[in-house]
Amino acid sequence: MRAYLTLIRRELAGFFVSLTGYIIIAAAVFLMGLSFVMLLTKLQGDPTPLPITQLFYSTDCFWLILILAAPVITMRLFALERHTGTFETLMTTPISDLQVVLAKFSAALIFYMLMWLPLLGCIFILSRYTNNPGIMDTGLLGSTFLGIFLLGGVFMSLGCFASALSRSQIIAAMLSLSFGFTLFVLSFLASQLPVNNGWQTEVLSHFALIDQMNDFARGVVDTRSVVFYVSTTVLFLFLTLRVVESRRWN
Amino acid sequence: MSNESMIEVSNLTKRYAGHTAVSNISFTVGRGEIVGLLGTNGAGKSTTMRILSCYMPATSGTVRVAGFDVFTQADEVRRRIGYMPENNPLHPEMRVREYLKFRARLKGLSGKHCRERVDKVIEQCALTDVSRKIIAHLSKGYRQRVGLADALVHEPELIILDEPTIGLDPNQIRSVRQLIKDLAKNHTVLISTHILPEVEMTCSRVLILHEGKILAADTPDNLQKLMSNSSQVIAEIAAPRAELEQLWEQMPEIEYSDISPAEGDFHRCALTPRNGTDVRPQIFAMVQQRGWIMRELTRSRFSLEDIYVRVTRPNGEEEG
Repeated sequence: MRAYLTLIRRELAGFFVSLTGYIIIAAAVFLMGLSFVMLLTKLQGDPTPLPITQLFYSTDCFWLILILAAPVITMRLFALERHTGTFETLMTTPISDLQVVLAKFSAALIFYMLMWLPLLGCIFILSRYTNNPGIMDTGLLGSTFLGIFLLGGVFMSLGCFASALSRSQIIAAMLSLSFGFTLFVLSFLASQLPVNNGWQTEVLSHFALIDQMNDFARGVVDTRSVVFYVSTTVLFLFLTLRVVESRRWN
Repeated sequence: MSNESMIEVSNLTKRYAGHTAVSNISFTVGRGEIVGLLGTNGAGKSTTMRILSCYMPATSGTVRVAGFDVFTQADEVRRRIGYMPENNPLHPEMRVREYLKFRARLKGLSGKHCRERVDKVIEQCALTDVSRKIIAHLSKGYRQRVGLADALVHEPELIILDEPTIGLDPNQIRSVRQLIKDLAKNHTVLISTHILPEVEMTCSRVLILHEGKILAADTPDNLQKLMSNSSQVIAEIAAPRAELEQLWEQMPEIEYSDISPAEGDFHRCALTPRNGTDVRPQIFAMVQQRGWIMRELTRSRFSLEDIYVRVTRPNGEEEG
Protein backbone atom coordinates (compact mmCIF):
# COMPACT_ATOMS: atom_id res chain seq x y z
CA MET A 1 0.00 0.00 0.00
CA ARG A 2 2.83 2.37 0.88
CA ALA A 3 4.56 1.65 -2.39
CA TYR A 4 1.27 2.29 -4.19
CA LEU A 5 0.90 5.73 -2.59
CA THR A 6 4.56 6.54 -3.25
CA LEU A 7 4.07 5.73 -6.91
CA ILE A 8 0.92 7.84 -7.16
CA ARG A 9 2.76 10.76 -5.65
CA ARG A 10 5.59 10.38 -8.09
CA GLU A 11 3.29 10.11 -11.08
CA LEU A 12 1.37 13.20 -10.02
CA ALA A 13 4.61 15.08 -9.42
CA GLY A 14 5.62 14.00 -12.92
CA PHE A 15 2.74 16.02 -14.36
CA PHE A 16 3.67 19.15 -12.52
CA VAL A 17 7.45 19.25 -12.79
CA SER A 18 7.22 19.21 -16.55
CA LEU A 19 5.09 21.63 -18.49
CA THR A 20 2.67 18.90 -19.60
CA GLY A 21 0.42 19.18 -16.58
CA TYR A 22 0.10 22.93 -16.79
CA ILE A 23 -0.48 22.90 -20.53
CA ILE A 24 -3.21 20.28 -20.25
CA ILE A 25 -4.94 22.21 -17.50
CA ALA A 26 -4.56 25.50 -19.36
CA ALA A 27 -6.04 23.99 -22.51
CA ALA A 28 -8.91 22.47 -20.56
CA VAL A 29 -9.59 25.76 -18.76
CA PHE A 30 -9.57 27.54 -22.11
CA LEU A 31 -12.19 25.17 -23.50
CA MET A 32 -14.24 25.42 -20.32
CA GLY A 33 -14.08 29.20 -20.58
CA LEU A 34 -15.21 28.94 -24.17
CA SER A 35 -18.19 26.87 -23.22
CA PHE A 36 -18.88 29.30 -20.36
CA VAL A 37 -19.07 32.16 -22.83
CA MET A 38 -21.29 30.13 -25.13
CA LEU A 39 -23.47 29.35 -22.15
CA LEU A 40 -23.78 33.00 -21.17
CA THR A 41 -24.85 33.93 -24.70
CA LYS A 42 -27.47 31.21 -24.58
CA LEU A 43 -28.76 32.40 -21.22
CA GLN A 44 -29.30 35.91 -22.56
CA GLY A 45 -32.13 34.62 -24.71
CA ASP A 46 -35.25 32.93 -23.47
CA PRO A 47 -35.39 31.50 -19.99
CA THR A 48 -34.69 27.78 -19.95
CA PRO A 49 -35.90 25.07 -17.62
CA LEU A 50 -32.72 23.05 -18.09
CA PRO A 51 -30.28 22.78 -15.16
CA ILE A 52 -27.05 24.67 -15.51
CA THR A 53 -24.84 21.57 -15.70
CA GLN A 54 -26.83 20.23 -18.60
CA LEU A 55 -26.51 23.54 -20.39
CA PHE A 56 -22.77 23.31 -19.86
CA TYR A 57 -22.72 19.82 -21.20
CA SER A 58 -24.73 20.77 -24.26
CA THR A 59 -21.96 23.12 -25.47
CA ASP A 60 -20.03 19.99 -26.50
CA CYS A 61 -16.73 21.28 -25.23
CA PHE A 62 -16.98 18.47 -22.70
CA TRP A 63 -16.26 15.84 -25.35
CA LEU A 64 -13.51 17.86 -26.93
CA ILE A 65 -11.78 18.13 -23.55
CA LEU A 66 -12.27 14.46 -22.70
CA ILE A 67 -11.17 13.06 -26.06
CA LEU A 68 -8.14 15.32 -26.36
CA ALA A 69 -7.00 15.34 -22.76
CA ALA A 70 -7.14 11.59 -22.17
CA PRO A 71 -4.34 10.66 -24.60
CA VAL A 72 -2.13 13.50 -23.44
CA ILE A 73 -2.57 12.61 -19.77
CA THR A 74 -2.02 8.91 -20.20
CA MET A 75 0.52 8.63 -23.00
CA ARG A 76 3.58 8.94 -20.77
CA LEU A 77 2.47 6.55 -18.03
CA PHE A 78 4.09 3.38 -19.36
CA ALA A 79 5.57 4.41 -22.69
CA LEU A 80 7.97 6.96 -21.21
CA GLU A 81 9.23 4.62 -18.52
CA ARG A 82 9.79 1.88 -21.01
CA HIS A 83 11.54 4.27 -23.33
CA THR A 84 13.95 5.60 -20.72
CA GLY A 85 14.44 2.22 -19.08
CA THR A 86 13.16 3.24 -15.66
CA PHE A 87 10.50 0.60 -16.12
CA GLU A 88 13.20 -1.95 -15.50
CA THR A 89 14.28 -0.39 -12.23
CA LEU A 90 10.64 -0.06 -11.24
CA MET A 91 9.78 -3.68 -11.98
CA THR A 92 12.78 -5.01 -10.09
CA THR A 93 11.62 -3.49 -6.82
CA PRO A 94 9.37 -5.61 -4.61
CA ILE A 95 6.19 -4.10 -6.00
CA SER A 96 3.56 -6.07 -7.87
CA ASP A 97 2.48 -5.44 -11.44
CA LEU A 98 -1.06 -4.81 -10.23
CA GLN A 99 0.12 -2.08 -7.87
CA VAL A 100 2.03 -0.39 -10.69
CA VAL A 101 -0.96 -0.46 -13.04
CA LEU A 102 -3.38 0.76 -10.37
CA ALA A 103 -1.04 3.51 -9.20
CA LYS A 104 -0.52 4.85 -12.68
CA PHE A 105 -4.23 4.70 -13.44
CA SER A 106 -5.14 6.40 -10.16
CA ALA A 107 -2.62 9.16 -10.72
CA ALA A 108 -4.02 9.81 -14.18
CA LEU A 109 -7.55 9.84 -12.82
CA ILE A 110 -6.65 12.21 -10.00
CA PHE A 111 -4.95 14.56 -12.41
CA TYR A 112 -7.97 14.35 -14.70
CA MET A 113 -10.30 15.31 -11.85
CA LEU A 114 -8.02 18.21 -10.91
CA MET A 115 -8.30 19.36 -14.49
CA TRP A 116 -12.08 19.55 -14.17
CA LEU A 117 -12.08 21.60 -10.98
CA PRO A 118 -12.18 24.97 -12.79
CA LEU A 119 -15.65 23.97 -13.97
CA LEU A 120 -16.80 24.39 -10.38
CA GLY A 121 -15.42 27.92 -10.54
CA CYS A 122 -17.47 28.70 -13.64
CA ILE A 123 -20.62 27.43 -12.00
CA PHE A 124 -19.84 29.34 -8.82
CA ILE A 125 -19.43 32.60 -10.73
CA LEU A 126 -22.73 32.00 -12.46
CA SER A 127 -24.49 31.37 -9.19
CA ARG A 128 -23.12 34.63 -7.76
CA TYR A 129 -24.63 36.69 -10.54
CA THR A 130 -28.03 35.10 -10.84
CA ASN A 131 -30.78 35.32 -8.32
CA ASN A 132 -31.69 31.69 -8.70
CA PRO A 133 -30.38 29.87 -5.62
CA GLY A 134 -31.14 26.46 -7.10
CA ILE A 135 -28.31 26.81 -9.55
CA MET A 136 -25.76 25.35 -7.12
CA ASP A 137 -27.76 22.24 -6.45
CA THR A 138 -25.28 19.84 -4.82
CA GLY A 139 -27.10 16.77 -6.08
CA LEU A 140 -26.87 18.02 -9.61
CA LEU A 141 -23.23 18.93 -9.28
CA GLY A 142 -22.55 15.60 -7.61
CA SER A 143 -24.08 13.57 -10.39
CA THR A 144 -22.36 15.65 -13.05
CA PHE A 145 -18.98 15.13 -11.41
CA LEU A 146 -19.77 11.46 -10.87
CA GLY A 147 -20.38 11.21 -14.60
CA ILE A 148 -17.17 13.06 -15.37
CA PHE A 149 -15.31 10.78 -12.96
CA LEU A 150 -16.73 7.52 -14.30
CA LEU A 151 -16.28 8.49 -17.92
CA GLY A 152 -12.79 9.66 -17.03
CA GLY A 153 -12.11 6.21 -15.62
CA VAL A 154 -13.06 4.64 -18.94
CA PHE A 155 -10.87 6.98 -20.96
CA MET A 156 -7.93 6.84 -18.56
CA SER A 157 -7.94 3.04 -18.52
CA LEU A 158 -8.08 3.08 -22.32
CA GLY A 159 -5.11 5.42 -22.29
CA CYS A 160 -3.20 3.21 -19.83
CA PHE A 161 -3.75 0.26 -22.10
CA ALA A 162 -2.57 2.20 -25.15
CA SER A 163 0.47 3.46 -23.28
CA ALA A 164 1.41 -0.01 -22.08
CA LEU A 165 1.32 -1.28 -25.65
CA SER A 166 4.03 0.97 -26.95
CA ARG A 167 7.44 2.40 -26.11
CA SER A 168 6.69 5.58 -27.98
CA GLN A 169 4.54 8.25 -26.39
CA ILE A 170 3.37 9.46 -29.79
CA ILE A 171 2.11 6.02 -30.77
CA ALA A 172 0.50 5.62 -27.36
CA ALA A 173 -1.28 8.96 -27.76
CA MET A 174 -2.44 8.10 -31.28
CA LEU A 175 -3.72 4.73 -30.12
CA SER A 176 -5.66 6.09 -27.20
CA LEU A 177 -6.99 8.96 -29.32
CA SER A 178 -8.30 6.49 -31.86
CA PHE A 179 -9.75 4.23 -29.14
CA GLY A 180 -11.45 7.20 -27.53
CA PHE A 181 -12.67 8.60 -30.80
CA THR A 182 -14.08 5.22 -31.83
CA LEU A 183 -16.00 5.08 -28.59
CA PHE A 184 -17.31 8.58 -29.22
CA VAL A 185 -18.34 7.78 -32.78
CA LEU A 186 -20.11 4.65 -31.55
CA SER A 187 -22.09 6.66 -29.08
CA PHE A 188 -22.79 9.32 -31.68
CA LEU A 189 -24.09 6.59 -33.96
CA ALA A 190 -26.26 5.30 -31.14
CA SER A 191 -27.87 8.67 -30.66
CA GLN A 192 -28.52 9.02 -34.41
CA LEU A 193 -30.17 5.65 -35.00
CA PRO A 194 -33.94 5.49 -34.83
CA VAL A 195 -35.37 3.79 -31.79
CA ASN A 196 -36.52 0.14 -32.01
CA ASN A 197 -34.44 -0.84 -34.95
CA GLY A 198 -33.67 -4.37 -33.85
CA TRP A 199 -30.76 -5.72 -31.82
CA GLN A 200 -28.19 -3.37 -33.35
CA THR A 201 -29.80 -0.41 -31.67
CA GLU A 202 -30.13 -2.39 -28.52
CA VAL A 203 -26.39 -3.08 -28.44
CA LEU A 204 -25.42 0.39 -29.54
CA SER A 205 -27.63 1.99 -26.93
CA HIS A 206 -25.27 0.70 -24.27
CA PHE A 207 -22.47 2.61 -25.92
CA ALA A 208 -24.49 5.80 -26.01
CA LEU A 209 -22.01 7.72 -23.88
CA ILE A 210 -23.34 11.03 -25.13
CA ASP A 211 -26.89 10.35 -23.93
CA GLN A 212 -25.67 8.71 -20.73
CA MET A 213 -23.50 11.66 -19.84
CA ASN A 214 -26.44 13.92 -20.60
CA ASP A 215 -28.38 11.99 -17.97
CA PHE A 216 -25.61 12.56 -15.42
CA ALA A 217 -25.63 16.27 -16.26
CA ARG A 218 -29.38 16.28 -15.77
CA GLY A 219 -28.94 14.78 -12.35
CA VAL A 220 -30.02 11.27 -13.26
CA VAL A 221 -27.69 8.51 -12.11
CA ASP A 222 -28.51 5.46 -14.17
CA THR A 223 -27.11 2.25 -12.67
CA ARG A 224 -26.83 0.69 -16.10
CA SER A 225 -24.32 3.28 -17.26
CA VAL A 226 -22.51 3.20 -13.92
CA VAL A 227 -22.07 -0.54 -14.27
CA PHE A 228 -21.06 -0.15 -17.90
CA TYR A 229 -18.42 2.48 -17.14
CA VAL A 230 -16.98 0.67 -14.16
CA SER A 231 -16.79 -2.65 -15.97
CA THR A 232 -15.21 -1.10 -19.06
CA THR A 233 -12.62 0.54 -16.81
CA VAL A 234 -11.91 -2.75 -15.07
CA LEU A 235 -11.67 -4.53 -18.42
CA PHE A 236 -9.07 -2.14 -19.78
CA LEU A 237 -7.11 -2.14 -16.54
CA PHE A 238 -7.09 -5.91 -16.70
CA LEU A 239 -5.82 -5.78 -20.29
CA THR A 240 -3.14 -3.29 -19.22
CA LEU A 241 -2.07 -5.62 -16.45
CA ARG A 242 -1.80 -8.48 -18.92
CA VAL A 243 0.36 -6.38 -21.22
CA VAL A 244 2.62 -5.43 -18.32
CA GLU A 245 2.86 -9.07 -17.27
CA SER A 246 3.48 -10.25 -20.81
CA ARG A 247 7.25 -9.69 -20.54
CA ARG A 248 7.21 -12.63 -18.17
CA TRP A 249 5.51 -14.95 -20.59
CA ASN A 250 7.54 -17.53 -22.36
CA MET B 1 19.00 -23.68 1.64
CA SER B 2 22.71 -23.48 1.35
CA ASN B 3 24.10 -20.48 3.10
CA GLU B 4 27.40 -20.21 1.38
CA SER B 5 26.20 -19.58 -2.17
CA MET B 6 24.41 -16.37 -3.05
CA ILE B 7 23.58 -17.17 -6.64
CA GLU B 8 22.99 -20.62 -8.02
CA VAL B 9 22.37 -20.80 -11.71
CA SER B 10 21.84 -24.18 -13.23
CA ASN B 11 21.24 -24.97 -16.88
CA LEU B 12 19.89 -21.52 -17.57
CA THR B 13 18.66 -20.95 -21.11
CA LYS B 14 16.94 -17.89 -22.51
CA ARG B 15 15.56 -17.86 -26.01
CA TYR B 16 14.10 -14.85 -27.69
CA ALA B 17 12.08 -15.24 -30.84
CA GLY B 18 14.62 -16.44 -33.33
CA HIS B 19 17.80 -16.57 -31.31
CA THR B 20 19.24 -17.94 -28.12
CA ALA B 21 20.69 -15.28 -25.86
CA VAL B 22 21.90 -17.56 -23.10
CA SER B 23 22.39 -21.22 -23.65
CA ASN B 24 22.52 -23.73 -20.85
CA ILE B 25 24.87 -21.94 -18.47
CA SER B 26 25.52 -22.90 -14.87
CA PHE B 27 27.52 -21.09 -12.24
CA THR B 28 27.47 -20.27 -8.57
CA VAL B 29 28.56 -17.19 -6.73
CA GLY B 30 29.43 -17.42 -3.07
CA ARG B 31 28.58 -14.86 -0.44
CA GLY B 32 30.99 -11.94 -0.33
CA GLU B 33 32.48 -12.56 -3.74
CA ILE B 34 32.90 -9.93 -6.45
CA VAL B 35 32.29 -11.69 -9.70
CA GLY B 36 32.73 -10.14 -13.11
CA LEU B 37 30.71 -11.20 -16.10
CA LEU B 38 32.82 -10.48 -19.09
CA GLY B 39 31.70 -10.59 -22.66
CA THR B 40 31.28 -8.72 -25.92
CA ASN B 41 28.09 -6.87 -26.64
CA GLY B 42 25.36 -9.42 -27.16
CA ALA B 43 27.15 -12.17 -25.27
CA GLY B 44 24.23 -12.61 -22.90
CA LYS B 45 25.44 -10.56 -19.92
CA SER B 46 22.43 -8.29 -19.64
CA THR B 47 20.02 -11.12 -20.27
CA THR B 48 21.56 -13.13 -17.44
CA MET B 49 21.36 -10.15 -15.12
CA ARG B 50 17.77 -9.40 -16.04
CA ILE B 51 16.82 -12.95 -15.22
CA LEU B 52 18.70 -12.78 -11.92
CA SER B 53 16.89 -9.58 -11.02
CA CYS B 54 13.47 -11.11 -11.80
CA TYR B 55 12.77 -8.73 -14.65
CA MET B 56 12.13 -11.55 -17.05
CA PRO B 57 11.91 -15.31 -16.79
CA ALA B 58 14.25 -17.93 -18.10
CA THR B 59 13.15 -20.20 -20.91
CA SER B 60 14.47 -23.14 -18.95
CA GLY B 61 16.75 -23.88 -16.04
CA THR B 62 16.62 -22.66 -12.48
CA VAL B 63 18.07 -19.61 -10.83
CA ARG B 64 18.17 -19.19 -7.08
CA VAL B 65 19.25 -16.07 -5.29
CA ALA B 66 19.93 -16.42 -1.57
CA GLY B 67 18.05 -19.69 -1.78
CA PHE B 68 14.91 -18.24 -3.35
CA ASP B 69 13.74 -19.10 -6.83
CA VAL B 70 13.66 -16.00 -9.03
CA PHE B 71 10.47 -17.02 -10.73
CA THR B 72 8.28 -18.41 -7.99
CA GLN B 73 9.62 -16.30 -5.11
CA ALA B 74 10.33 -13.12 -7.04
CA ASP B 75 9.30 -10.81 -4.21
CA GLU B 76 11.74 -12.38 -1.77
CA VAL B 77 14.50 -12.17 -4.34
CA ARG B 78 13.76 -8.56 -5.23
CA ARG B 79 13.98 -7.58 -1.60
CA ARG B 80 17.48 -9.00 -1.47
CA ILE B 81 19.01 -7.54 -4.60
CA GLY B 82 20.04 -4.10 -5.68
CA TYR B 83 20.03 -3.92 -9.45
CA MET B 84 21.43 -1.22 -11.65
CA PRO B 85 20.48 -1.84 -15.27
CA GLU B 86 22.56 -0.95 -18.29
CA ASN B 87 22.69 2.79 -19.02
CA ASN B 88 21.50 3.46 -15.49
CA PRO B 89 18.01 4.80 -16.11
CA LEU B 90 16.92 7.49 -13.64
CA HIS B 91 14.09 9.98 -13.45
CA PRO B 92 15.90 13.06 -14.75
CA GLU B 93 13.38 15.55 -13.41
CA MET B 94 13.79 14.53 -9.79
CA ARG B 95 16.29 15.77 -7.25
CA VAL B 96 18.90 13.33 -5.98
CA ARG B 97 17.61 13.00 -2.42
CA GLU B 98 14.01 12.98 -3.60
CA TYR B 99 14.77 10.21 -6.08
CA LEU B 100 16.59 8.07 -3.53
CA LYS B 101 13.78 8.55 -1.05
CA PHE B 102 11.25 7.57 -3.68
CA ARG B 103 13.22 4.45 -4.52
CA ALA B 104 13.70 3.57 -0.86
CA ARG B 105 9.95 3.81 -0.26
CA LEU B 106 9.23 1.62 -3.27
CA LYS B 107 11.58 -0.90 -1.78
CA GLY B 108 9.57 -0.93 1.41
CA LEU B 109 11.59 1.36 3.66
CA SER B 110 9.69 3.88 5.68
CA GLY B 111 9.88 6.70 8.18
CA LYS B 112 13.03 7.18 10.14
CA HIS B 113 14.77 4.13 8.73
CA CYS B 114 14.18 5.38 5.20
CA ARG B 115 15.70 8.78 6.01
CA GLU B 116 18.68 7.20 7.70
CA ARG B 117 19.38 4.88 4.82
CA VAL B 118 19.07 7.67 2.26
CA ASP B 119 21.49 9.80 4.28
CA LYS B 120 23.83 6.88 4.57
CA VAL B 121 23.99 6.06 0.87
CA ILE B 122 24.30 9.72 -0.06
CA GLU B 123 27.35 9.87 2.17
CA GLN B 124 28.67 6.51 1.00
CA CYS B 125 28.46 7.44 -2.66
CA ALA B 126 29.83 10.95 -2.08
CA LEU B 127 26.65 12.64 -3.23
CA THR B 128 26.35 15.09 -0.34
CA ASP B 129 27.27 18.10 -2.48
CA VAL B 130 24.67 17.35 -5.11
CA SER B 131 21.87 15.88 -3.01
CA ARG B 132 19.60 18.83 -3.77
CA LYS B 133 20.40 19.03 -7.45
CA ILE B 134 18.15 17.86 -10.25
CA ILE B 135 19.43 14.61 -11.72
CA ALA B 136 19.27 15.91 -15.29
CA HIS B 137 21.84 18.58 -14.36
CA LEU B 138 24.39 16.13 -12.98
CA SER B 139 27.48 14.87 -14.75
CA LYS B 140 27.50 11.29 -15.86
CA GLY B 141 29.79 10.25 -13.02
CA TYR B 142 27.41 11.61 -10.44
CA ARG B 143 24.45 10.03 -12.17
CA GLN B 144 26.19 6.71 -12.08
CA ARG B 145 26.71 7.13 -8.36
CA VAL B 146 23.04 7.96 -7.92
CA GLY B 147 22.30 4.67 -9.63
CA LEU B 148 24.66 2.89 -7.28
CA ALA B 149 23.14 4.63 -4.27
CA ASP B 150 19.74 3.45 -5.45
CA ALA B 151 20.99 -0.12 -5.73
CA LEU B 152 22.35 0.10 -2.17
CA VAL B 153 19.61 1.95 -0.40
CA HIS B 154 17.72 -1.07 0.94
CA GLU B 155 20.87 -2.87 2.11
CA PRO B 156 20.60 -5.73 -0.36
CA GLU B 157 22.62 -8.87 0.09
CA LEU B 158 23.42 -9.04 -3.59
CA ILE B 159 24.25 -6.12 -5.85
CA ILE B 160 23.95 -6.57 -9.59
CA LEU B 161 25.53 -3.87 -11.72
CA ASP B 162 25.23 -3.94 -15.48
CA GLU B 163 28.13 -2.06 -17.02
CA PRO B 164 28.57 0.39 -14.16
CA THR B 165 31.44 2.37 -15.65
CA ILE B 166 30.28 2.70 -19.23
CA GLY B 167 30.70 6.17 -20.66
CA LEU B 168 32.62 7.63 -17.73
CA ASP B 169 35.89 9.52 -17.91
CA PRO B 170 38.98 7.89 -16.36
CA ASN B 171 38.70 9.75 -13.07
CA GLN B 172 35.06 8.90 -12.69
CA ILE B 173 35.77 5.30 -13.59
CA ARG B 174 38.37 5.16 -10.87
CA SER B 175 36.04 6.53 -8.23
CA VAL B 176 33.17 4.24 -9.23
CA ARG B 177 35.52 1.26 -9.15
CA GLN B 178 36.76 2.19 -5.72
CA LEU B 179 33.18 2.44 -4.58
CA ILE B 180 32.42 -1.04 -5.93
CA LYS B 181 35.47 -2.42 -4.18
CA ASP B 182 34.33 -0.89 -0.91
CA LEU B 183 30.92 -2.47 -1.35
CA ALA B 184 32.43 -5.90 -1.52
CA LYS B 185 33.18 -5.79 2.16
CA ASN B 186 29.52 -6.17 3.06
CA HIS B 187 27.80 -7.36 -0.09
CA THR B 188 28.07 -9.90 -2.83
CA VAL B 189 28.62 -8.11 -6.10
CA LEU B 190 28.02 -9.25 -9.65
CA ILE B 191 29.16 -6.79 -12.29
CA SER B 192 29.15 -7.07 -16.02
CA THR B 193 31.49 -5.28 -18.31
CA HIS B 194 33.33 -5.48 -21.54
CA ILE B 195 36.14 -3.36 -20.16
CA LEU B 196 38.80 -5.77 -19.08
CA PRO B 197 40.95 -3.76 -16.69
CA GLU B 198 37.83 -3.27 -14.68
CA VAL B 199 37.50 -6.96 -13.99
CA GLU B 200 41.20 -7.29 -13.44
CA MET B 201 41.11 -4.60 -10.81
CA THR B 202 37.89 -5.27 -9.00
CA CYS B 203 36.82 -8.86 -9.29
CA SER B 204 37.83 -11.92 -7.37
CA ARG B 205 36.47 -14.18 -10.08
CA VAL B 206 35.71 -13.82 -13.75
CA LEU B 207 33.17 -15.55 -15.93
CA ILE B 208 33.79 -15.07 -19.61
CA LEU B 209 30.58 -15.27 -21.58
CA HIS B 210 30.54 -15.61 -25.30
CA GLU B 211 27.52 -16.17 -27.48
CA GLY B 212 25.49 -17.27 -24.52
CA LYS B 213 27.98 -19.78 -23.17
CA ILE B 214 30.52 -19.64 -20.36
CA LEU B 215 33.95 -20.07 -21.91
CA ALA B 216 36.10 -19.62 -18.85
CA ALA B 217 35.55 -19.15 -15.15
CA ASP B 218 38.45 -18.53 -12.82
CA THR B 219 40.28 -15.86 -10.87
CA PRO B 220 42.00 -13.21 -12.99
CA ASP B 221 45.38 -14.41 -11.69
CA ASN B 222 44.77 -18.02 -12.64
CA LEU B 223 43.63 -17.05 -16.09
CA GLN B 224 46.81 -15.07 -16.47
CA LYS B 225 48.94 -17.97 -15.30
CA LEU B 226 47.37 -20.10 -17.98
CA MET B 227 48.62 -17.66 -20.52
CA SER B 228 51.99 -16.81 -19.04
CA ASN B 229 53.76 -19.49 -21.07
CA SER B 230 53.80 -17.11 -23.92
CA SER B 231 54.73 -13.81 -22.29
CA GLN B 232 56.85 -11.33 -24.17
CA VAL B 233 59.94 -9.33 -23.23
CA ILE B 234 60.37 -5.83 -24.59
CA ALA B 235 63.88 -4.32 -24.71
CA GLU B 236 64.91 -0.97 -26.12
CA ILE B 237 68.60 -0.96 -26.92
CA ALA B 238 70.85 1.49 -28.76
CA ALA B 239 72.78 -0.79 -31.12
CA PRO B 240 73.05 -1.48 -34.83
CA ARG B 241 70.16 -3.53 -36.08
CA ALA B 242 72.25 -6.23 -37.67
CA GLU B 243 74.11 -6.90 -34.43
CA LEU B 244 70.89 -7.14 -32.52
CA GLU B 245 69.46 -9.62 -34.99
CA GLN B 246 72.57 -11.70 -34.70
CA LEU B 247 72.46 -11.63 -30.92
CA TRP B 248 68.86 -12.79 -30.66
CA GLU B 249 69.50 -15.59 -33.10
CA GLN B 250 72.39 -16.79 -30.99
CA MET B 251 70.34 -16.94 -27.82
CA PRO B 252 68.70 -20.38 -27.57
CA GLU B 253 66.06 -19.20 -25.09
CA ILE B 254 64.48 -16.86 -27.61
CA GLU B 255 62.02 -18.37 -29.95
CA TYR B 256 61.01 -15.37 -31.94
CA SER B 257 62.17 -11.78 -32.19
CA ASP B 258 60.82 -8.69 -33.79
CA ILE B 259 62.96 -5.57 -34.11
CA SER B 260 61.60 -2.18 -34.98
CA PRO B 261 63.34 1.20 -34.94
CA ALA B 262 62.56 3.56 -32.05
CA GLU B 263 63.52 7.24 -31.62
CA GLY B 264 67.22 8.04 -31.73
CA ASP B 265 69.65 5.16 -32.12
CA PHE B 266 67.40 2.81 -30.26
CA HIS B 267 65.70 -0.30 -31.51
CA ARG B 268 62.68 -1.82 -29.92
CA CYS B 269 62.93 -5.60 -29.68
CA ALA B 270 59.92 -7.74 -28.91
CA LEU B 271 61.19 -11.12 -27.82
CA THR B 272 59.18 -14.25 -27.26
CA PRO B 273 61.08 -16.64 -24.98
CA ARG B 274 60.79 -20.38 -25.24
CA ASN B 275 58.74 -22.15 -22.52
CA GLY B 276 58.07 -18.97 -20.67
CA THR B 277 61.55 -18.67 -19.19
CA ASP B 278 62.49 -15.26 -17.88
CA VAL B 279 65.27 -14.08 -20.19
CA ARG B 280 65.66 -10.61 -18.74
CA PRO B 281 68.83 -11.24 -16.67
CA GLN B 282 70.57 -12.76 -19.67
CA ILE B 283 69.61 -9.88 -21.91
CA PHE B 284 70.88 -7.42 -19.36
CA ALA B 285 74.18 -9.27 -19.07
CA MET B 286 74.64 -9.41 -22.84
CA VAL B 287 73.94 -5.75 -23.29
CA GLN B 288 76.31 -4.82 -20.49
CA GLN B 289 79.00 -7.02 -21.93
CA ARG B 290 78.79 -5.30 -25.31
CA GLY B 291 78.68 -1.82 -23.77
CA TRP B 292 75.35 -0.90 -25.38
CA ILE B 293 72.88 1.42 -23.82
CA MET B 294 69.55 0.01 -22.77
CA ARG B 295 66.66 2.19 -21.67
CA GLU B 296 63.86 -0.31 -21.25
CA LEU B 297 63.52 -3.94 -20.28
CA THR B 298 60.07 -5.25 -19.39
CA ARG B 299 58.14 -8.43 -19.44
CA SER B 300 54.61 -7.93 -20.62
CA ARG B 301 52.22 -10.21 -18.86
CA PHE B 302 49.27 -11.19 -20.90
CA SER B 303 46.41 -9.08 -19.71
CA LEU B 304 42.90 -10.38 -19.41
CA GLU B 305 42.35 -8.61 -22.67
CA ASP B 306 44.62 -11.04 -24.47
CA ILE B 307 43.06 -13.98 -22.71
CA TYR B 308 39.67 -12.70 -23.62
CA VAL B 309 40.57 -12.16 -27.24
CA ARG B 310 41.98 -15.68 -27.36
CA VAL B 311 39.03 -17.27 -25.74
CA THR B 312 36.41 -15.50 -27.76
CA ARG B 313 38.19 -15.59 -31.08
CA PRO B 314 36.57 -17.83 -33.67
CA ASN B 315 38.43 -21.13 -34.05
CA GLY B 316 41.39 -21.40 -36.36
CA GLU B 317 42.66 -17.86 -36.06
CA GLU B 318 45.36 -18.52 -33.49
CA GLU B 319 48.38 -16.30 -33.73
CA GLY B 320 51.54 -15.98 -31.63
